[in-house]
Amino acid sequence: MAIELLMPALSPTMEEGTLAKWMVKEGDEVKSGDIIAEIETDKATMEFEAVDEGIMGKIVVAEGTEGVKVNAVIAILVEDGEDVPEASASTSTAAAAPAAAETKAPAQAAAPAPVASDSAPDWEDGTELKPTTVREALRDAMAEEMRRDEDVFLMGEEVAEYQGAYKISQGLLDEFGAKRIIDTPITEHGFAGIGVGAAFGGLKPIVEFMTFNFAMQAIDHIINSAAKTLYMSGGQMGAPMVFRGPNGAAARVGAQHSQDYAAWYMQIPGLKVVMPYSAADAKGLMKTAIRDPNPVIFLENEILYGKSFDVPVMDDFTIPFGKAKIERAGDDVTIVSFGIGMTYALEAAEKLAEDGINAEVINLRTLRPMDMPTVLASVQKTNRCVTVEEGWPQGSVGSWIASEIMQKAFDYLDAPVITCTGKDVPMPYAANLEKHALVTTDEVVEAVKQVTYR
Amino acid sequence: MPPKKSAKPNVSAEELLGHYREMLLIRRFEEKAGQLYGMGLIGGFCHLYIGQEAVVVGLEAAAEEGDKRVTSYRDHGHMLACGMDPKGIMAELTGREGGFSKGKGGSMHMFSKEKHFYGGHGIVAAQVPLGAGLAFADKYKGNGRVTFAYFGDGAANQGQVYETYNMAELWDLPVVFVIENNQYAMGTSVQRSTKSPSLWERGAAYGIPGEEVDGMDVLKVKEAGERAVAHCRTGKGPYILEVKTYRYRGHSMSDPAKYRTREEVQKMRDERDPIEQVRDMLLTGKHASEDDLKAIDKDIKAIVNEAAEFSKESPEPALDELWTDIYAEEAV
Ligand SMILES: Cc1ncc(C[n+]2csc(CCOP(=O)(O)OP(=O)(O)O)c2C)c(N)n1
Ligand SMILES: [Mg+2]
Repeated sequence: MAIELLMPALSPTMEEGTLAKWMVKEGDEVKSGDIIAEIETDKATMEFEAVDEGIMGKIVVAEGTEGVKVNAVIAILVEDGEDVPEASASTSTAAAAPAAAETKAPAQAAAPAPVASDSAPDWEDGTELKPTTVREALRDAMAEEMRRDEDVFLMGEEVAEYQGAYKISQGLLDEFGAKRIIDTPITEHGFAGIGVGAAFGGLKPIVEFMTFNFAMQAIDHIINSAAKTLYMSGGQMGAPMVFRGPNGAAARVGAQHSQDYAAWYMQIPGLKVVMPYSAADAKGLMKTAIRDPNPVIFLENEILYGKSFDVPVMDDFTIPFGKAKIERAGDDVTIVSFGIGMTYALEAAEKLAEDGINAEVINLRTLRPMDMPTVLASVQKTNRCVTVEEGWPQGSVGSWIASEIMQKAFDYLDAPVITCTGKDVPMPYAANLEKHALVTTDEVVEAVKQVTYR
Repeated sequence: MPPKKSAKPNVSAEELLGHYREMLLIRRFEEKAGQLYGMGLIGGFCHLYIGQEAVVVGLEAAAEEGDKRVTSYRDHGHMLACGMDPKGIMAELTGREGGFSKGKGGSMHMFSKEKHFYGGHGIVAAQVPLGAGLAFADKYKGNGRVTFAYFGDGAANQGQVYETYNMAELWDLPVVFVIENNQYAMGTSVQRSTKSPSLWERGAAYGIPGEEVDGMDVLKVKEAGERAVAHCRTGKGPYILEVKTYRYRGHSMSDPAKYRTREEVQKMRDERDPIEQVRDMLLTGKHASEDDLKAIDKDIKAIVNEAAEFSKESPEPALDELWTDIYAEEAV
């Protein structure tokens, strides 16, 4: 049976090329693997190997021909003693384009849906409350989940014998042993990858970064290996795990140790991103994060670790992702923040109240999924919005919120949204400069006065 | 120099025929993939495994059910050798619904939980810690499984490999690190990328034993694989195999491979071809006749053609798929 040899595509972008040279002539025997021609693309001269065996029956496109379209018949291979069939000697083009699936425009649904404007409180009235630090809340959440599920383990630098660089894993080695509380060498890229592999293999790792600054070493595994695998495997496997550690500025540790990564990770489909403010947030969200079947980025804050908040005394206290909390109700302006940004937002709200401005303060808690319904509902009431975060201004969390409000509640706005952010500079070391580099309560107050025209 | 005709009295005809079949399946599949690429049916990057077939076939012969494997973007051979359906692989290459990743992963990103194949990874050396992590999970569960983590000679210079070596030995992880030394990382020969005389010996710095293996001889690969697996399975930690092999084709489909001579490639093909070596053993040992082998060739061709047909006929994924598999609702 005669076989048509087609002009091959030799690069991802090639549409036509030059048949530079034939290495065989009509009548020659051809074996699979033989180089039969040289083809020039716009980038290089490539060898064209035979895949089939036979006799070179007819050379259809002569050497030196330019502009030969990909998939055009360039020669015909026949079996010994066979004639070249007439019909196939013409320069036909094989149909390569696949039949595209006819489907209507898909509904967009990439970001996980927030819990629709659910305003139920985190716990029932009358629940016993216990003052707890964020540090203890995180430790308790991990311990409870490790008791509940054998597959959960913690790995990171100094998490075991040293009890955690910031003492978040205090006591865990004693309770769970070295099999489940694992000290790693200082090898972020390596252990993050091992964590992702363990998650592929059916475990539920908690990977602690001593701080998120060092997760830049490992960001390839966080994004390329953890966040994208569910998609790339067509839903077969993913990485149910938590990457956690302190994020953002601590105090006086300089530029390389003081970056807020909220906006970076928030951009990634496949990741869920949590940034708790209070101890109750930390506990309820950490337990949810460990149970979530997806990779979760859990951004803690060193300055908040020692702060104490009420945490409900319950057997199993969790907070769902995608549910913001209205920390303070008001009618005059909406202030949206998260994590340590909440300290500025709440302080500003106090000061503003003295001036008779009643601010509604929303604590986002999770950035992906983000509870925009709660934000939009508030803005529809107050008609003004100010966002607060420590991260840099360009591509900030606030700029995303502003764009969402503009697109979904434009007609409700009485003033442009103002985004209060950290300054557009690497973190300076000097104490005075550092204070200026971060967002300040006064800036938030000023921004609110601007949007309320006071 | 004719291929070495080693008498292998301890190898059964059945086993040799099995190796022959599997290596031939990879070769014909890859040739077909190259052809479909040429026709514009496969796009982007497509890295062929032609010439390296004995590595994965030999090591799979040393593996047991439940053992895991993870590799780079040059992954078609690994998937075929661990028993993944050629139709699903080819359809992933053409980006169709019937592909292993529903057309969303492509040549470099394919997975099969059922066959314990954990990808297909596009970032050079990323699969090395991932493989150690799979082994970590197995050790944690105490299930006696071993993971094969395959990577290239180029990948062997990445820092994360050494971070992983250290932890794998520190924690006695049951992982076989398989360096597929095909002598080139794209256009860079090993000699131009390192002055280490051998890649496997670098494991010594971490206390990991290993050896160099002739990767063109499927039986030698299998024997070495058995030693490595025995080491891992008895709780002694990782093992390194530096398998000397050769890729006949360019790095990917668009590589004209001008960094080596045509003679160098031809010499390998003529003298060291892994499939020809087994074919020779089968014929000289009178384990099979020319006709027997022709029948196998025909069989394989039919399987590959069927895969190619399937990969053309399977529809493109529905547009809705764009928005699926980003988050899991429950454990996967
Ligand atoms: C981190 C990273 N750097 C560079 C690349 C581009 N790249 C892809 S394959 C490759 C060569 C790898 O060679 P080797 O490890 O020997 O594997 P082989 O292709 O020979 O199988 C390079 C540089 C990449 N994918 N990832
Ligand atoms: Mg290589």
